[in-house]
Amino acid sequence: MQPFQYSRPSTVDQAVVAGSRSKTAQQYADVRFIAGGTTLVDLMKLDVEHPDQVVDINALPLGQIQPAPGGGLVIGALARNSTVAHHATVQRDYPVLSQALLSGASPQLRNMATTAGNLLQRTRCVYFRDTAHACNKRQPGTGCSAIGGHNRMLAILGTSRDCIASNPSDQNVALTALEATIQVQGANGTRTIPIHEFYLQPGSTPNRENVLEPGDLVVSVTLPAPLAGSQSHYLKLRDRAAYEFALASAAIVVKLNGSRIEYARVALGGVGTIPWRSREAEHVLQGHVANAATFHRAAEAALKDARPASENGFKVELAKRCIVRALTTTTQAA
Amino acid sequence: MATDRKSIEVTEQEPPGSSAEQPAAARISRRSFLSHLGAAGIAATASPVLAAAAVPAAPPVEEAPEAAALPGAIPVTLKVNGKSQVLQLDPRTTLLDCLRENLNLPGTKKGCDHGQCGACTVHVNGQRVNSCLSFAAMHSADEITTIEGIGQPDHLHPMQAAFIEHDGYQCGYCTSGQIMSAVAVCKEPVGPSDEDVKQAMYGNICRCGAYPNIIAAVQAGRRFA
Repeated sequence: MQPFQYSRPSTVDQAVVAGSRSKTAQQYADVRFIAGGTTLVDLMKLDVEHPDQVVDINALPLGQIQPAPGGGLVIGALARNSTVAHHATVQRDYPVLSQALLSGASPQLRNMATTAGNLLQRTRCVYFRDTAHACNKRQPGTGCSAIGGHNRMLAILGTSRDCIASNPSDQNVALTALEATIQVQGANGTRTIPIHEFYLQPGSTPNRENVLEPGDLVVSVTLPAPLAGSQSHYLKLRDRAAYEFALASAAIVVKLNGSRIEYARVALGGVGTIPWRSREAEHVLQGHVANAATFHRAAEAALKDARPASENGFKVELAKRCIVRALTTTTQAA
Repeated sequence: MATDRKSIEVTEQEPPGSSAEQPAAARISRRSFLSHLGAAGIAATASPVLAAAAVPAAPPVEEAPEAAALPGAIPVTLKVNGKSQVLQLDPRTTLLDCLRENLNLPGTKKGCDHGQCGACTVHVNGQRVNSCLSFAAMHSADEITTIEGIGQPDHLHPMQAAFIEHDGYQCGYCTSGQIMSAVAVCKEPVGPSDEDVKQAMYGNICRCGAYPNIIAAVQAGRRFA
């Protein structure tokens, strides 16, 4: 691991000033915030990240979970994944988020990992994580070792000729279906970013994964007020029953009016280069009867533009079945 | 025909200083022998981080280890098993390496060093965490508990006793992490069934496959928590 300077600011302003000195907030940032450390320390050990400065933000007052004015829930950036997953309001009003969090990582990791850190977790692509291999995400223009290599765990949606790395998060898929917003404090003040605008698909710049700029510090994630009468559910399909990333997952929020779907939000995990909002599926579902035929049509629409790589073609059918099963489960609970 | 024992002399090499008559505490273990040997030998060949980690050999936990003249070292105060100590650390030192190398608490094990096996599980402020994925410097305000802190050979924690009673280990390498996880489980909202225990303990893997006995041990130990 390369040497670094360690600091521990006591205010958000101090943290923002420290972060602002970084040349980038993206891959190879020279100033990095550390909270839980479960991604950053992992990548620093692999020399995939080697910041000159590590700014420990754990002393900042960002751990609270409280009601949002006007309804909804504000989750502090430093709220630990386990705290959020077991929070009574989250379990009651946003069960898809609790289920997603509890399906991920391990109890130990969930006790360390933070809400904002989870937003920023990195791909598990083996070539990204091994500096012996060419990787456009680490160094654009050097090539993608995964295309034509081992890509079973990688993306089929949102890919480019330069990168097919999948986003492995569960939390962020749930947050996407819940239409969460992300509050950021930066060098120029604070702003709110809807989660569907937060992530960047790889395109020709796979090193840029989100819209954050140097100095930007996520301070909270806000969930809108729950829709009365809605149900939500998270289904994660993977090789093992636990302690494994998704091959395909689906977060569903749905509200029925009688037998018709009045409201639907569908987000996919394990298959996208970013947490994948499927408006295609939602468009099929909206206003239609909640039955198997509708769910199958929605699944087809969701995967219509899928572009599998050499080893992950099975994900197309798996993701469709995941959507159908998740919709079935969610609507049966209504 | 019987082997003539008188004509065969088997000389067993014993570690220097060891003797059947000496009490166990005075015998030099392999660990301390290598530590005393190693400060010069290892430092000559290893990277700066390894050299720095090897320098404080085996001081008792009560004394502060000698501050190595280490460029870039920062002062870190750690409270481990109820005792506070000030250390001079390379910022890259993980909590795991600090416990094992700087504080002479080797009960916590390094399995994967990447948060994927749970062998390094300790408690930070009562919560179980993987000590390999945290820098020691991040824990100045925290209370850290290791396997050494939850019980002693003559006064075992009920969970340690349960692991012995139920033979919840084979090679023992994952065991301190299993026990630290299991102790934490006693204070978490975990259901009563074996399946619930499996769900709660899946962050600790066991290459020997002692899982059925581990589950039995956890179920027994949590009755006394």
